[in-house]
Amino acid sequence: MRRRPLAHATFTLGAAITLALVAVAGLSLLYTPADPLTMSITGRLQGPSGGHPFGTDQFGRDILSRVMAGAVTSIAVGVIAVGIGAGLGVLLGLLSGYVGGWLDETLMRLVDAVQGFPAILSALLFTAVFAPGTGVSMVAIGIAFVPVFARLTRGSVLELREREFVVAARALGARDRRLLLRHILPNTLAPLVVQATTSFPVAILAEAALAYLGLGTQPPHPSWGLMLKEAQNFLGMNPWFAVFPGGAIATAVLGLNLLGDGLRDLLDPKTA
Amino acid sequence: MRRYAARRAAALVATLFFVSALVFVVVRILPGDPAALIMGTEGSREASDRLRESMGLNRPLPVQYVEWLARALRGDLGRSIQYDLPVGELIASRLPVTLPLALMAAAFMVVAAVPLGLYAATRHRRAGDYATMILSQIGISVPQFWAGLLLILLFSVTLGWVRSGGFEGWSSGVGAALRSLLLPAIALGLFQAAVLVRATRSAVLDVLREDYVRTARAKGLSELRVVGRHTLRNALIPIITVAGIQLGQLLAGAIVLESVFALPGLGRLALGAITARDLPVVQGVALFIASTIVVINFAVDLVYTVLDPRIRYE
Repeated sequence: MRRRPLAHATFTLGAAITLALVAVAGLSLLYTPADPLTMSITGRLQGPSGGHPFGTDQFGRDILSRVMAGAVTSIAVGVIAVGIGAGLGVLLGLLSGYVGGWLDETLMRLVDAVQGFPAILSALLFTAVFAPGTGVSMVAIGIAFVPVFARLTRGSVLELREREFVVAARALGARDRRLLLRHILPNTLAPLVVQATTSFPVAILAEAALAYLGLGTQPPHPSWGLMLKEAQNFLGMNPWFAVFPGGAIATAVLGLNLLGDGLRDLLDPKTA
Repeated sequence: MRRYAARRAAALVATLFFVSALVFVVVRILPGDPAALIMGTEGSREASDRLRESMGLNRPLPVQYVEWLARALRGDLGRSIQYDLPVGELIASRLPVTLPLALMAAAFMVVAAVPLGLYAATRHRRAGDYATMILSQIGISVPQFWAGLLLILLFSVTLGWVRSGGFEGWSSGVGAALRSLLLPAIALGLFQAAVLVRATRSAVLDVLREDYVRTARAKGLSELRVVGRHTLRNALIPIITVAGIQLGQLLAGAIVLESVFALPGLGRLALGAITARDLPVVQGVALFIASTIVVINFAVDLVYTVLDPRIRYE
């Protein structure tokens, strides 16, 4: 860590912004300056003021409270989407790399195919069949993450399975399951943690984009992307309406990106 | 090389088969009846049955899949329920918006990112490097559609220089059409440019550490020649790979930007089809975009091995 003061600074700044994001989300579950769903016909589209530091939206709802509550949606989608992507991807990667042969070839072609479906495309397809909502966002974004986790795990398994400690464990009679779960998987964790951290901000961006398109979180639930969609119709009347939710997305993503970069420097020096 | 290309081509066919199967599975096999979905709540049971019959939904699923795939291979993606036109024709009619948008964004990405990445690498750990990295970090953090909204706010609402959206069509002149696509292309390319800046910087930094660069400097070549001739050419391989992969992502990103700027492209076609429960169009657009991304990724792979023959032998 002493060798990389900049990496350190990146990690520290990223961690600070991420902690602030989590704290705001946690706080919004207990307290928001106003109810994020309560409308006020007389207080519509106001600019920032003492009563409403971020102003109000087209229904007179407090934008600060909605931005705070939107953090919960973003974090929830991020955690679950990365969980889906990492869970499925690691499973596919372990199987593919360890078993090899035709199964490896088939699974890798499937992974190549899934790579053709960015989150927006998967969400389009799912929304054609299911009602749009936060759940669709989580699954669509999660599926889009599968290829990167699968490839990363497969690569690590291919490298590790010929290493001496794995060969030794096999020679001592360890079974495949034990070899994979006790000896190989723990050694792939560092790059996987880095990948999960760098995937998180991508998930937040994708969630916002899906909500903006009407394929994700639905009104009246607060989501930063949805707020931007609503703000677009009132850009001329209250530009602040579009500035704060977008600023929230950018700050959250910036913090998580910095955290990911910092973690990569600290945990995975090969790729730094 | 020919054998390698043949092997990759076989892999591409297998991947495209999986792409088609995934599209089919989501629309046909997941819970939900396409006929009931299309008819909505107002459709009678008899009408749904008739539609199911006419769409061939009564036959076994593998048969439906093979028939659908065979038709798709002949370019027949079905008929739009909303427009009563062939889906292929509808997709072709929207491509003159989506394709130039993605290509303009790609051009912006390369023109902005490669010089900036090169500059940052040659100023490694100095002010110019840090400033470029901060810029790229911001570019990666800003959602494309928010960048679009901010560009509208500045250039349309505040300055009144351009319209806030819409597409005048190529028939109204190339200049007017390109002007309608300029802001969306910049907003779309911003994120990808930021990614490419980082990739270019790290690729150039890697090459700058090579012995032959030290030799080039030692024999007294100018810095411009060292960077332009010896470094950039060798750093181009990873740069082209990242740029190629970003090209596929631009196609998907165009769906969002078309909504922000009210452009009548593929994305808006698909979004409109969802509202109208026009399943053949959603299926057709998804198949088209996913297949295009997969083909681009394979092409990038092939270009990579042409540029760097070592890959083939690994």
